[in-house]
Amino acid sequence: MRPEIPDHPGPDASSPQFSDLEEALLAVDRMRAGRIIEAACAASSPVSCIETLIVPVLEEIGEMWEQGQVALSQVYMSGRISEEIVATMLPPGSPERITQPKIAIAVLEDHHTLGKRILLAVLRAGGYEVTDYGSGVTVDSLVERVLQDRVEILLISTLMLPAALRAKEAVTRIKEAMPEAQVIVGGAPFRFDADLWKETGADAVGRSASDTLTIVRGMAGAVVS
Amino acid sequence: MTGEMTPAERTAVTMEFEEPDRVPLFLLFTIYGAKELGLSIRDYFSRPEYVAEGQMRLQKKFGGDCLNPFCYAAVEVEAWGGEVIFAEDGPPNAGLPPIRSPEEIESLEVPLVEESPGLLFGLRTIELLKKQVGDDVPIMGSVVSPFSLPVMQLGFDAYLDLLYGEPDLFWTLMKKNEEFCVEWANAQVEAGATAVGYADPLASPDMIPPDLYRRTGFVVARRTIPRIEAGVATSLASARALPIIDDLAGTGSVGVGVSAFDDLATVKRQCAGRLTVLGNLNAIEMRRWTPAQAEAEVKRAIAAAGPGGGFVLSDNHGEIPWQVPESVLMAIAAAVRKWGNYPLDWVSG
Repeated sequence: MRPEIPDHPGPDASSPQFSDLEEALLAVDRMRAGRIIEAACAASSPVSCIETLIVPVLEEIGEMWEQGQVALSQVYMSGRISEEIVATMLPPGSPERITQPKIAIAVLEDHHTLGKRILLAVLRAGGYEVTDYGSGVTVDSLVERVLQDRVEILLISTLMLPAALRAKEAVTRIKEAMPEAQVIVGGAPFRFDADLWKETGADAVGRSASDTLTIVRGMAGAVVS
Repeated sequence: MTGEMTPAERTAVTMEFEEPDRVPLFLLFTIYGAKELGLSIRDYFSRPEYVAEGQMRLQKKFGGDCLNPFCYAAVEVEAWGGEVIFAEDGPPNAGLPPIRSPEEIESLEVPLVEESPGLLFGLRTIELLKKQVGDDVPIMGSVVSPFSLPVMQLGFDAYLDLLYGEPDLFWTLMKKNEEFCVEWANAQVEAGATAVGYADPLASPDMIPPDLYRRTGFVVARRTIPRIEAGVATSLASARALPIIDDLAGTGSVGVGVSAFDDLATVKRQCAGRLTVLGNLNAIEMRRWTPAQAEAEVKRAIAAAGPGGGFVLSDNHGEIPWQVPESVLMAIAAAVRKWGNYPLDWVSG
């Protein structure tokens, strides 16, 4: 859990840094993005900087993808660059990283990992610690690991329809054993059929990385409060 | 021409941007033939005779206007040393990427079609189908574009890192993939394929920005497609095409597969006289359509893109999922015969 830290307010969404960072990330300009964040965050703590600048910019980029205004590659590269910068501000294991609730992610029955990679980058850029269960994960193995690790928020990424349908079995078994666990499903089949996620019994569907980040923030707040 | 056309005639006329007897229907079955033959998917793909038989039965059952010997995309990455993972109710999928680090690209050897069992299987399937239908029914060959194949060769994230960060290695890989793609496509044409589908999902603005596509995948497509000795239709495999229609028309493609997220009427206007439009029934939603919904979707698509020809009714991805009930496919087939007969007097405007 993130400790309470007295803080100076960071930049807000109307600040020039916001649009500058967005532009730098969409242009995949690592150096410029690093300079903007360094300058913008000089007067605030890393946590404040992440929450008031980096996360909102990533959320905006995710929304632009949902509206067809930017490409998936830009969402991915923005997340990767932000993740790298945040790792220097809040190194893994840093006490300011958000370790509660326990979050994990897996690609169910598939080795296409881009969706998971984007989510990991965006969540880690948001300061969250996330356990990566990898790709090609079967229902049996996923259920076993989730129960063993007492995961509180699970993200299931899928690419093909059969895996999306199989998520139902995973969700059912996890919730039978741990009713308090929250599950978010995502991936292409859920975009092409807006109601498909309801069949899985999941608590939510993440339609983009930023959407998922918002959902995780809401769930995390509820779990730890 | 009077009377009912053959599927090949119907398709040829629409691709000339004229109205045939009715809208052609391409039901692109891959694994569905296993269900028809009562085989597991793995068994179905163990003999070309099964796939050919499955295609023939499905064509007869639903009255589609093409045959689709394509088995699964992972067959290409298998030729490059990758693994294929079979499922009970879904398409065989690519396993872990065979190229583990970008440095391996330099020494990568282009596989030969004649030394790749999976590709030879595909060629034999085409030959069997050609023997049965001659020139009456179009046989669609398929290739994954050199530009999109690395998603399976390297993994999507590693490929994006390469695309953005390692231009020299990227172009080295493209050169090798282009050679493979042209050889594989032309082998299918020689075996009897009437046309070739060029699957290039990475070209979509959903995947990479159009300006990056114009500097990369577009250049690759313009070098590759003209070397394929048959008509080529580009498919973006469910991803949107509209913002790059002009580019796709400049690649040498004669057709384009359109996403359920594209506005079909706008795409049709944009393509007019340049590209035949294939699409855009939502293959994922289709599994829970009622027959009435299926008819409504067919009607919507024909109204949007049917007038004037240059349109083939199809799904938006290039594959009918295992989970789609036959009743829905029957309803689609009936609806195209009810609403797709030219002239389309019921379509206003």
